[in-house]
Amino acid sequence: MYTITRKKVLASGVIEMGILAPRIAKAHKPGQFLMVMNREESERIPLTIADSDPATGEVTIVFLEVGRSTIELGEDFKEGDSLFAVVGPLGTPTHIEPFGTVVVMGGGLGVAPIYPICKGLKAAGNTVVTIIGYRRKDLMFWHDKLAGASTETIVTTDDGSYGSKGFVTDALKALHDGGRAIDRIIAIGPPVMMRAVSNLTQPWGIPTWVSLNTIMVDGTGMCGGCRVEIGKESKFVCVDGPDFDAHLVNWDEMFARMKVYTAEERAAILANHECKLHLDNIKR
Amino acid sequence: MSETIDIAALNGVKEGEKKRPRSKEKRLEIACQTVEARVRNYDEVALGYGPAEAVAESMRCLECPKPRCVVACPVHIDIPTFIGLISRGKFSQAAEDIRQYNNLPSVCGRVCPQENLCEAACIVNDTNPKNPIAIGRLERFASDWQLTHDVRDAASVHKRPATGFKIAVIGSGPAGLSCSADLAKMGHSVDLFEALHKPGGVLMYGIPEFRLPKAIVQKEIEYVKALGVTVECNVVVGRTLPVKEVLDSYDAVFVASGAGFPNMMNIPGENLNGVYSANEFLTRVNLMKAWKNDSAGTPIRKPRKAVVVGAGFTAFDVVRIALRLGAEEASIVYRRSREEMPGRGEEIEHSLEEGAKFVLLTNPVKYLGDENGFVRGVVVQKMDLGEPDSSGRRRPVPIKGSEYEIECDLVVVAIGQTPNVLIPSNLPGLATRWGSVIKVNRESYMTTVPKVFAGGDAITGAATVILATRAGREAARSMDAYVRDPARNWNPPA
Ligand SMILES: Cc1cc2nc3c(=O)[nH]c(=O)nc-3n(C[C@H](O)[C@H](O)[C@H](O)COP(=O)(O)OP(=O)(O)OC[C@H]3O[C@@H](n4cnc5c(N)ncnc54)[C@H](O)[C@@H]3O)c2cc1C
Ligand SMILES: Cc1cc2nc3c(=O)[nH]c(=O)nc-3n(C[C@H](O)[C@H](O)[C@H](O)COP(=O)(O)OP(=O)(O)OC[C@H]3O[C@@H](n4cnc5c(N)ncnc54)[C@H](O)[C@@H]3O)c2cc1C
Ligand code: SF4
Ligand code: FES
Repeated sequence: MYTITRKKVLASGVIEMGILAPRIAKAHKPGQFLMVMNREESERIPLTIADSDPATGEVTIVFLEVGRSTIELGEDFKEGDSLFAVVGPLGTPTHIEPFGTVVVMGGGLGVAPIYPICKGLKAAGNTVVTIIGYRRKDLMFWHDKLAGASTETIVTTDDGSYGSKGFVTDALKALHDGGRAIDRIIAIGPPVMMRAVSNLTQPWGIPTWVSLNTIMVDGTGMCGGCRVEIGKESKFVCVDGPDFDAHLVNWDEMFARMKVYTAEERAAILANHECKLHLDNIKR
Repeated sequence: MSETIDIAALNGVKEGEKKRPRSKEKRLEIACQTVEARVRNYDEVALGYGPAEAVAESMRCLECPKPRCVVACPVHIDIPTFIGLISRGKFSQAAEDIRQYNNLPSVCGRVCPQENLCEAACIVNDTNPKNPIAIGRLERFASDWQLTHDVRDAASVHKRPATGFKIAVIGSGPAGLSCSADLAKMGHSVDLFEALHKPGGVLMYGIPEFRLPKAIVQKEIEYVKALGVTVECNVVVGRTLPVKEVLDSYDAVFVASGAGFPNMMNIPGENLNGVYSANEFLTRVNLMKAWKNDSAGTPIRKPRKAVVVGAGFTAFDVVRIALRLGAEEASIVYRRSREEMPGRGEEIEHSLEEGAKFVLLTNPVKYLGDENGFVRGVVVQKMDLGEPDSSGRRRPVPIKGSEYEIECDLVVVAIGQTPNVLIPSNLPGLATRWGSVIKVNRESYMTTVPKVFAGGDAITGAATVILATRAGREAARSMDAYVRDPARNWNPPA
């Protein structure tokens, strides 16, 4: 069970993997995630389902090596190996209906999770304008795949080595200021990027949705470890989300809760692997 | 099953001899790890009887012809018979006898509140007060003996021929396990689905290793599998497998999804780092093995000063784990008094011995955080006891102006769990109470949806292992009748 069918390094520290999980591949809807356990005593880590094929029973994940579990998964596991546990699809699927024009934004690693969403929105008859941003040209991946799933695609790089120079928020602002009618915005990426999008669009009054990536344990609504305040109410990201109205998220609390295990995580990385972090690849 | 136990050497009764019960003697205490040793490890605290002790204790039983203990036992284990078998040195046979009534004897022998059930009813209390037969310890002894000395051959269990009926069981806690085992013995084909990566429910993720070793739970589960039950983990019914698909593929379905949703108090500061629900804290430590800090991948915060809110089973387990994680101080904060504590006597005693503090008639009102969003203290309020409430216990009333602060770097909220709404919200027509507790007919365990049955914490809210085990067993009987004659007039719940 849960055999790794493919493994490809997309960019430094960014890995794409195919996993055999027929039940998940069959049930998957855009916006959902799964929990992976590398080995019997590993932690359960949430990763978005970036693609699925019910015919072959495969699901695709794309992840960044940032800490103990993701480095272990990226470095110690190869094609043909099996994972101890994979459970999903979890979370409430992204709300998809004919909205009109939807801008879907992916920052860094967030490029992968938006792929099924773009596909779903397009199939529902929307005009899908995709804005994807990377740090540098050599860190780019899946831009062709995203272009295929969108009506229009804008690529940004921080240093201007490909596409337009700047952040995804710059591209969004240009689009909006240019008079483009936008009915909905969906943004997925590092929390700083999602908060920046949220702050930008709040005055515009355009419905904006983000996919929160809090720390999780079970991913099934049983522990409350993933809870975050949304519109003055505590919500469990793994079951009530991960998609939420960006303008209702208590971002300060979200940022604080992401740091709860920083000390323990650092210790685990130092104890288990040569310090080979790719943190510079994440858009923070 | 052959056993060569020198019963004469153990002072038991030989076959054919008459037993002279020694009920006047004191009940044999169980050996425990010393307090100093156990707060530094996660090994089982109560060590269990050896054969000599078990035989000696069994010799106290009067083997009553009209045993009150059996009436008090929720699953009506034939207690005098199994105790009689122990006194005759037939340990594995004693376990096999218990198994006719209870599919999880090694578990129940450890975690059942016997002091309120069989042992409270034992007639020996009348003449030798506070010295009932140690029924739970004997149950544990016999069953552990069988698990370690006799590789139980599930094939030798009297199983009826295959019926051809297919039954799905959702959730692998005591209710699901017990129902699956009985259905398999009846000859049905049973698929058991579990959301987590290990079967066992609360037995695996909730109750800590030092009260219920996980190796014991897994042995009990191996036995259920050996009966022919297929256990598939990592299947969240309602997500991985649509509820409708399960309904369409099976002749009957048993929902045993437990009560896994953690209640919180919704007071200010509850989302600070370092404030956990009991479920998260316990899951990290027990299921994810965060206590093995060298090998396990899941982290846990090591407390210096821990505050645990609540006083049920869960709260005592949490406070004892906090002490094992090295807390200098670990307190139970409870809004009523010692008398009203719902936890088991033994757990309360063990917690106190291990150094837990009780802050009674006190309730948290808000949590205080530091500049990084970590909890640094809790503001509590003193309470008075007023008139009795619906539970019959006196209602706590806040005392105005009595607030004060307790310093802490870890808070665990252990004020109860309710059932998860995933299955009810994905099963149209399923009637519930309060939106999550599934309604059933208390005799047939049938829900308002045809061919769907439910039991355990899912129909009661958080209760006990033995009640869940009983529900599983009684539901199995009713489901067996249902699949054979689904057209009969089945009474759904009112
Ligand atoms: C619903 C959801 C979907 C996700 N999808 C993806 C995905 O498709 N691809 C992907 O690469 N990652 C994804 N993540 C994040 C991923 O789960 C974390 O990167 C992973 O758990 C880190 O584990 P680790 O042991 O390798 O690192 P750790 O040692 O746990 O952490 C290392 C560093 O990463 C940070 N970190 C820890 N947890 C998270 C988190 N949840 N999000 C961001 N940073 C974190 C820590 O603060 C620390 O600085 C998702 C998270 C959620 C909740
Ligand atoms: C910390 C703690 C200590 C306790 N101590 C004691 C004690 O000492 N003595 C005692 O008698 N009782 C004790 N209890 C109570 C007892 O454990 C429960 O009453 C009992 O486990 C209930 O059994 P159950 O089978 O109904 O549910 P659970 O044991 O909760 O099992 C339900 C299972 O269903 C699974 N599930 C849920 N939803 C789905 C889904 N959609 N698809 C697939 N699977 C699903 C869950 O993952 C879980 O494994 C304690 C409880 C806790 C939390
Ligand atoms: S009531 Fe007590 S003495 Fe009588 S059979 Fe039960 S355990 Fe033995
Ligand atoms: S991760 Fe446990 S409830 Fe969400």
